[in-house]
Amino acid sequence: MTMVMGAVAYAPKVVTIWEGFKEYFRKNGFDFDFVLYSNYERQVEAQFSGEIDIAWNSPLAWVRAEKMAKARGLQVKSVAMRDTDLDLSSVLVARNDSGIGEISSLRGKRIGFGAIDSPPATLIPKDHMRAEGLVSGRDFAAVGFDVLGGKHGDHIGGERDAAQALISGEIDAAWMIDGNYLAFSKEGTIPSGSTRIIGRTGLYDHCNFTTSPDSKMDEVDRFVELLLGMQWEDPEVRPLLELEGLRKWLPGRDSGYALLERAVEDEKFYGENGEILIADYRY
Amino acid sequence: MLTIDIEDLGFDSGAHLLVKHALGKIPEGSQILVKGSSAEWAGQLRAWCRMTGHSFAVADEGMLVTKSAGNASAIFSGRSDPGSPDAVLDRPPACLGLAARGAQVEAGSPEFDFRLKEKIEVWSENAADLYAQSVAAQWDPGKSIDWNIAFDLPDEIEDAVSQVMTYLIENENAALVVPARFLGTLHPHFREVQAVLAMQIADEARHIEVFTTRLRMKGREPALSSAGGQASLKTLLDESDFSVAGFLLSVLGEGTFVSLLHFLHEHAPDPVTRQIAKLAARDEARHVAFGMGHLLARLESEPEFRHRLAIAVGERHDVLSTTSGLNTEVFDALILLAAGSLEPAAIASGFAKVQELMRDMHAGRYARLLRLGFGPEEAGRLASLHTRNFM
Repeated sequence: MTMVMGAVAYAPKVVTIWEGFKEYFRKNGFDFDFVLYSNYERQVEAQFSGEIDIAWNSPLAWVRAEKMAKARGLQVKSVAMRDTDLDLSSVLVARNDSGIGEISSLRGKRIGFGAIDSPPATLIPKDHMRAEGLVSGRDFAAVGFDVLGGKHGDHIGGERDAAQALISGEIDAAWMIDGNYLAFSKEGTIPSGSTRIIGRTGLYDHCNFTTSPDSKMDEVDRFVELLLGMQWEDPEVRPLLELEGLRKWLPGRDSGYALLERAVEDEKFYGENGEILIADYRY
Repeated sequence: MLTIDIEDLGFDSGAHLLVKHALGKIPEGSQILVKGSSAEWAGQLRAWCRMTGHSFAVADEGMLVTKSAGNASAIFSGRSDPGSPDAVLDRPPACLGLAARGAQVEAGSPEFDFRLKEKIEVWSENAADLYAQSVAAQWDPGKSIDWNIAFDLPDEIEDAVSQVMTYLIENENAALVVPARFLGTLHPHFREVQAVLAMQIADEARHIEVFTTRLRMKGREPALSSAGGQASLKTLLDESDFSVAGFLLSVLGEGTFVSLLHFLHEHAPDPVTRQIAKLAARDEARHVAFGMGHLLARLESEPEFRHRLAIAVGERHDVLSTTSGLNTEVFDALILLAAGSLEPAAIASGFAKVQELMRDMHAGRYARLLRLGFGPEEAGRLASLHTRNFM
């Protein structure tokens, strides 16, 4: 049987990536194909309608898949992740000249977030601020830099727009993944020494390969075995790893999603059964 | 354990360089201790470690970074100095690609399809020296040749000059195209050979320029290009083996050409042609020296290759046996050049000089074949089988 994987087409390179993976799997005698979805919501739903055997899920898609599975008495598993998916944190960045030194001084200010469905740039940060006693709309104005709803913030364009707005003074602070803070510094979007980090979330995990409830475990095991066997030194494989942003695949884990689960509840994004609660969510 | 202090330098201002530099000093799997004082530096270090594949841990006095073993390892690519042992690899891997010889080439680099990739196929110990000599001996046609010197030749002699120049140009085109074709397929690992070929191409371009300029000095257009002459040159372009092509083109062809250029230097009727011939002969002699150097090296480790060279001469002779060989017009033009006029006595003298040139050419080929280790009898036979077109 062909193992069918779902992935979300958040950028044109996604086609290159998965066509390359398909070639790699086929060369290793593993019958593999993929289906691209325009958004994670439809992809997770497809995991429960039997369309796909496994999904390359965002952390938010994983949380929804788990909720849907639990509500139906089924099980989904996180079976593989990138080395770069573990222990991320998001940082709240302010300009040095703004006089803002800590989160509490942001009362009444304008704060930049990413896409409405971005765990690193919106959901986890809002939850973090709520825990600090600051609620969006009541204590500060949330400015959304919303690029491509339904992509769960995979497209970092929103975070970059927020960083630019911060530097130009349109907003007083901006949230972004810690790695993007370094990347934006490197590319010059954030001038060296012009900003400071005034807040940081706890650690959380990012994407994972999520099995569907009907997945055949022997196929999943072979799939994971081949993924983990991909070598950075292999010239045929390396461009795919570089495009997908990793050096090596690791076995999956589900221990890094507690912050996001709490955020999804606090922000009322999904209900207990995985249904979409949040208003104004277009995907 | 190596400890570094990044002080108040942030990762938005280049702190990663200090960490990277420290990690460069320790083996994979070992740790360094990083201390710092800027706000949030530890969190930034953690993000940098995640993105670069190193592990991160909190310690009492600072942060511990464990150097990743997953970093791509480097492939040995020889040494930049051709004189050091192991400088030039016998079979440089295709993935060394365009990297400088001696560079630490990251594993995972793409494979380049360079057809000439074995040292024995291309190497010559004198390549670096010949390249240096070649650079030092480059001449500027505008300055090295006295184009303004006044002279007037009888029409028939000037016509003969045009014919010889026409012939020289098409021969130099072959001498440019043959190394140029190999140059594009040569593994850049053999940098010195690459440089020699590049200089040969530049030399030939300059020769084509000066022969053309001389031809046009008195308002002439190029004269006859014969089918037989082009057929002879085409066999040089058709040869796909670098060593065999070098043997036919440089050792036999350009070697013969050096004799012809010396003849023109001595007997040409005007000072410009004499100057051009002298300068071009010097360049061609270097080309011959490279061809000889390469073949001596190849034959030393592969003596049976001599047989392949002998066969190539025979085959070329057979292919060309139905052609007329040297353009009669060229042969006659050479006699006229050496004669300087249509006077019977002058023609007799010119004819004798061209006969002497033929003997010279043959003797030169014979001597070079002997040096390459051919026995006297075979050297004599092969020297006579060489194309009647000279090149």
